[in-house]
Amino acid sequence: MKKLLQICLLTLIPLGAFASGGMDLDSADIDLTDKDSLENGAHLYVQYCLGCHSTKYIRYLNLADDFGVEQQEILDKVAPERAGIYDKMLTAMNGHDAKKWFGVRPPDLSLIARSRGADWLYSYLRSFYADPNKPLGVNNAIFPDVGMPNPLWKLQGKQTAVFETVDDQQVITELVLEKPGTMSAEEFDKSVNDIVNFLVYAGEPAQVERQSMGKYVLFFILLFGVIAYLLKKEYWKDIH
Amino acid sequence: MSEQGVDNSKRQFLTTALTVVGAVGTGYIAVPFLAQMQPSTKAKAAGAPVEIDISKIEPGQLIRAAWRGKPVWVLFRTPEVLEILATDTGKLADPDSLESIQPESSQNEFRSIKPGIFIAVGLCTHLGCSPTFRPEIAPNDLGPTWNGGFFCPCHGSGFDLAGRVVRGVPAPTNLDVPPHHYITDTLILIGEDASEAST
Amino acid sequence: MKSNYLNDCTSWVCRRFPMAKLWNDHMAQYYAPKNFNFWYFFGSLALLVLVNQFITGILLTMNYKPDASLAFDSVEYIMREVPWGWLVRYMHSTGASAFFIVVYLHMFRGLIYGSYKQPRELIWIFGMLIFLALMAEAFMGYLLPWGQMSYWGAQVIISLFSAIPVIGDDLSLWVRGDYVISDATLNRFFAFHVIAIPLILVMLVFLHIIALHEVGSNNPDGIEIKDSKDPWGHPVDGIPFHPYYTVKDIVGVAVFMFFFATVIFYMPEMGGYFLEHANFIPADPLATPEHIAPVWYFTPFYAILRAIPDKFAGVIAMGGAIVVLFLLPWLDRSPVRSIRYRGGIYKKAIVLFVISFIGLGYLGMQPPTAGATIFARILTAIYFAFFLLMPIYTRWERPKPLPKRVNEEPGLEDRIPAIKQSFAAMTHDVPETRDGHTVMHTRPDASGIAHELSKLGRKIIRSLD
Repeated sequence: MKKLLQICLLTLIPLGAFASGGMDLDSADIDLTDKDSLENGAHLYVQYCLGCHSTKYIRYLNLADDFGVEQQEILDKVAPERAGIYDKMLTAMNGHDAKKWFGVRPPDLSLIARSRGADWLYSYLRSFYADPNKPLGVNNAIFPDVGMPNPLWKLQGKQTAVFETVDDQQVITELVLEKPGTMSAEEFDKSVNDIVNFLVYAGEPAQVERQSMGKYVLFFILLFGVIAYLLKKEYWKDIH
Repeated sequence: MSEQGVDNSKRQFLTTALTVVGAVGTGYIAVPFLAQMQPSTKAKAAGAPVEIDISKIEPGQLIRAAWRGKPVWVLFRTPEVLEILATDTGKLADPDSLESIQPESSQNEFRSIKPGIFIAVGLCTHLGCSPTFRPEIAPNDLGPTWNGGFFCPCHGSGFDLAGRVVRGVPAPTNLDVPPHHYITDTLILIGEDASEAST
Repeated sequence: MKSNYLNDCTSWVCRRFPMAKLWNDHMAQYYAPKNFNFWYFFGSLALLVLVNQFITGILLTMNYKPDASLAFDSVEYIMREVPWGWLVRYMHSTGASAFFIVVYLHMFRGLIYGSYKQPRELIWIFGMLIFLALMAEAFMGYLLPWGQMSYWGAQVIISLFSAIPVIGDDLSLWVRGDYVISDATLNRFFAFHVIAIPLILVMLVFLHIIALHEVGSNNPDGIEIKDSKDPWGHPVDGIPFHPYYTVKDIVGVAVFMFFFATVIFYMPEMGGYFLEHANFIPADPLATPEHIAPVWYFTPFYAILRAIPDKFAGVIAMGGAIVVLFLLPWLDRSPVRSIRYRGGIYKKAIVLFVISFIGLGYLGMQPPTAGATIFARILTAIYFAFFLLMPIYTRWERPKPLPKRVNEEPGLEDRIPAIKQSFAAMTHDVPETRDGHTVMHTRPDASGIAHELSKLGRKIIRSLD
């Protein structure tokens, strides 16, 4: 019981550390067997994220193999122009320029879902709001003072934050959509979810295979264990 | 410890069953362990088909490219060379390339799709050294019978300019011709046959 | 005894190599007490995990690059591009944690049944050396993925050396080979992790087993089975290790593998305990992660380090926490070995010790708040009191009389009726009518559960006397 409590407590800590922005995290709907969602996520990722962020451990070939589609379809629908099927998902942006523009080099996002978690990414991407005090004009409720513009603002529209003073501190209570974007709120949430789904896939492409193999392995070990137990029982009849 | 009531056949059966299941399990776990030494995606990516542009090749010239890390030769053979290749076949071990490796499209007299353009993997079929290009006729060091070809410096195997091995040398077969096809008249894709070429 | 082909081997090899002798001395005619229980599985399991670490480790070495600029990428390369690389890597990373689980349980067995006591002191010392080598192996191995936790964990632990007066700073500089953790450190840790320490481990495991087979195994009753022998000179309570314990250990292996495979295939990160989240960010010498903690198996000792307000004293306390374990055979003055025949004080002391060890392990993962530090100090005091007061309380209390022969342990199947009975007491059947049929449904019974729990509680309290 004590151990269980410990585990419960401990799993909360990393989340708590990341959610220092004050707002609660929304949960992403991750389904790595939903190949359409993954392909759409990859497509949106290439369009809106790859401009600055590489995913250098993923090749376009991996997408074709893992999503179960033709290589040509990935090259036509997902990959940027002139990318080869064996190419890694590298950004065209030069790291030196990026450092000049944003102050930091935009990180590679191959493993972002493993270090941050899907829910954090899902909430973060939907929590940009207009803040005229910032050099880029936007801020984020989940990641305050983030040095990244909102790449999805055309789709989402413009959000503003509602503040409340708690213990002499300004706390964001909610984000309000001031000017709608090209997508409805549901469409936008779905799109962001697809991107996050893709990033979770990118964090560990083997995970679907891993989980689907697991039950066979466990069944086999169980079979081995049962025979071993019967043999043990048989031999131990000797012992009085 | 008493020996009474011991069902030896049951013990034997269970021991055998456990051994078999254990051996199968060991086999299963050995598969990934051995397979992880196979070429990785990176190696396969590096081994992807390569394009060679031959628009600037001159008669008699040999250009080299790398495919899967191996040297690939493209040789522009003149009509004189083809003449020699067609007649001087008596000294060859496998003149019709029956024992050797080449795509079907190149299994012919000149071992090439187009007679003038010869393509081969530049590694000796003996132990994998890369032979030197010796197009000259009867040079001092190779003797009067040398009619132009490739000479392997490691163990002395000779090949003619169609990569066909000379009799009596260590190399067992002719030089390999890699799968390849013409994308255009001057652009060759190495690593893929016309039949495998994707749309 | 059935004759085995190895018993009377007369082949070419047997005339030149003592195969039959080795087989008999260590397997077929090595007499082990017949009353081994659950706690005795972990020795053979530790050996299994060691083999797992060796095989998967060798395979990882084929693709891993011990270079600060390539290491992180090469691990991801193994995870993605090497065929089955993810399986090999997870077997190795899960194996590291499994090793410590198994070894901690193995050590705990030694603790409760007094397996370290005369004449088995050397076995315990070799075992402790294995534990030390294992900690070094795990610590150096953890740097290799070159993630943020690898980097900063190593930075913190190596800085401990600098607490040593006079030579400290030079020593930590020498260990790192640089002013901070760097490529040089990574390279030498790689050398230690894949060659030096594994060699030491294998030798120590060999010594541990040879020493064990010289004096024979202890057992849950803590009495010498060699004291009562049959006319042929075999201990009456001993049974040949092979086939009886080989078949039994295989069952243990199957159960272990079931859990091991569950972790590998369904939860390889184990919620951030086996593979920490921050370690998926490449090492950055300019930015420490918000919260750093060592991997779970080091946290009890790390908590002791942090509990002490002085740097040098903290390092001494952490080292001391391991040194007292070495001294255990001489700290314990009880005339009996097993907890079964000890007095109530020792049993309560063990309970407190377990609480302090798990509690310190928990606190070692937490950020060092003021409240947590106070708790850590109390638990540290309990940890050391358990060992340092042992010469007093083990001599003071009166042991129960020892039996002449070992007790029979009830087997799993003997316990089933009792389990069934208590299940029946905790539930009641409710008739439910559906589609004209009346079906009895088993539902939990609150008063029954309370009754069984209080029975269990009473049993535990009674067993502490």
